[in-house]
Amino acid sequence: MTVVSSGRVVGSWRAAWLRVEGHWAWYRRYWTSNLYSSGLQPLMYLLAMGIGFGSQVEPGPATGGLSYVHYVAPALLVAGAVQYAVGESTFPVLSGFKWQKDFIAVTATPVTPGQVLGGQLIWVSMRLLLSGVVYALIAWAFGAWLNAGAALVVLVGALTGVACAAPLMAIAATTYDEGTRFTSIFRFIVMPMLLFAGTFFPIEQIPVAIRWLAWVSPLWHGNELARGVTLGGLDLVPALGHLAFLLALFAAGGLVARHYFYRRLVV
Amino acid sequence: MVEAKALVKRFGDFEAVRGIDLHVRRGEAFGFLGPNGAGKSSTMRMIACVSPRSDGELSVLGLDPDREGPRVRARLGFVPQQDNLDTELTVRQNLQVYGRYFGLSRAHVREKAHELMEFAQLTERADDEVEPLSGGMKRRLTIARSLVNDPELLLLDEPTTGLDPQARHLLWDRLFRLKSAGVTLIVTTHYMDEAEQLCDRLVVMDDGRVVAEGSPSELITRYSTREVLELRFAPGEQEGAVASVSDLGERVEVLPDRVLLYTPTGEAALERVHDRGVRPLSSLVRRSTLEDVFLRLTGRSLVD
Ligand SMILES: Nc1ncnc2c1ncn2[C@@H]1O[C@H](COP(=O)(O)OP(=O)(O)O)[C@@H](O)[C@H]1O
Ligand SMILES: [Mg+2]
Repeated sequence: MTVVSSGRVVGSWRAAWLRVEGHWAWYRRYWTSNLYSSGLQPLMYLLAMGIGFGSQVEPGPATGGLSYVHYVAPALLVAGAVQYAVGESTFPVLSGFKWQKDFIAVTATPVTPGQVLGGQLIWVSMRLLLSGVVYALIAWAFGAWLNAGAALVVLVGALTGVACAAPLMAIAATTYDEGTRFTSIFRFIVMPMLLFAGTFFPIEQIPVAIRWLAWVSPLWHGNELARGVTLGGLDLVPALGHLAFLLALFAAGGLVARHYFYRRLVV
Repeated sequence: MVEAKALVKRFGDFEAVRGIDLHVRRGEAFGFLGPNGAGKSSTMRMIACVSPRSDGELSVLGLDPDREGPRVRARLGFVPQQDNLDTELTVRQNLQVYGRYFGLSRAHVREKAHELMEFAQLTERADDEVEPLSGGMKRRLTIARSLVNDPELLLLDEPTTGLDPQARHLLWDRLFRLKSAGVTLIVTTHYMDEAEQLCDRLVVMDDGRVVAEGSPSELITRYSTREVLELRFAPGEQEGAVASVSDLGERVEVLPDRVLLYTPTGEAALERVHDRGVRPLSSLVRRSTLEDVFLRLTGRSLVD
């Protein structure tokens, strides 16, 4: 008797998409607990900072003459996306290698480590888009948007988030302990970035000597782009510069992550 | 199905597999028997195309794993030593999601999951999460999952380690069925009874090398006697007793807790032990097993 296997190799994009399908099977079971961190947390920021705290802020040159809620709403979406992307590309990715070991299980099928990474990035992007849309709709109900440029802000948020996710996945792939370095990354990189990279106030308020720290942070580039597409006041060349920065971070991070995914999974 | 010549696996400077030759034929059940650390898993992972070889030649299903890894993996099933099920998904989802990675349609994996849950006796737990399942159930699910693509070659790395006897027998029964359905099996184990039960042919591995090859009965005939007489003595008496009975067997093995006399007829040997006035605390006559073969070849026990 000869057995003929029904298995076959699928194309790379399809394989990455099948990973998204796998994540979706999981998400369907757990979506309620995910909704809080994705859509609701940034909304609480919007309520507290934009509407609560913002009621005490006079529109001025720093806010481009806008009310504070209009000034802060686009940036809060991007900041929320970054925070969310960081969460999704650290411990959950380490788990794929170390605890849940799903990356190890999947790479015993025709799916390759590069395709696993691709699936992970697509999945994070999709969830960033989804939570961005949820945030944008509710923020719209609060009158936090000036115009339909809000739709572009959702895209900018997803791009900024995934640009942060790619290098972090590379770091996760080289983490062999319980992930203590992630805590340092949250404390010493992500938190300062959320507070000082132009989300709540313009970086011109930061002393020149350390302002470069904002310039190299992806969140600042995302914030500038996000405000540009809905509030205006951003010229084409700087806009392209911000876009290029984010794309370059994504591409470089993705290539390094790919290298380390192979290094970790093919031993 | 699998062809290896001087196959080597190195981790840094350490050689886990030190040049082994293999030839596994279609439809047979082939085994790797050896203690922990012998290099069985490292070899299996190379055959499963999840670990690149460091040296030597390897062909699986007629293809080169280095160049055609995904194509080979599409046609084989791999049960790793440690279960890596998605514990947050249900039994059914584990099978369906995994099956999709082999390019199977949704309808196909739905049907297949149903069939495999029957096969693995997990139908009642179909929509339960995997996390709380027993070790035996998880192992059966891992095996079911490895069958989702109707593999031509099924690799099982220590399929029953850690399971209770009942769960082991259930698994062995499933593996027999697969074999009679024409699936080629490769099994690693450090249990000699498992090797004897399951394998048509096996290699004994130790310290990264193959030390013997053949069918279980061939190996026993070649490296051991038909029967073994086991003698246990009171503390302190063993040494003196060995001196007076050691010529009664073709071979003697002195273990810390007992003495093994290798002989074609155990009962007759026991009579002569008594004739010489030697009084063991207890004695046992049994047939030779692969454990004895391993002891003969390496001077050590399989399971410490
Ligand atoms: N990824 C690895 N890195 C370093 N050493 C390893 C790795 N995997 C296995 N080894 C070593 O290789 C040897 C053989 O291991 P293994 O193939 O797992 O043996 P077995 O499955 O027969 O118990 C062991 O000494 C083990 O510690
Ligand atoms: Mg092993």
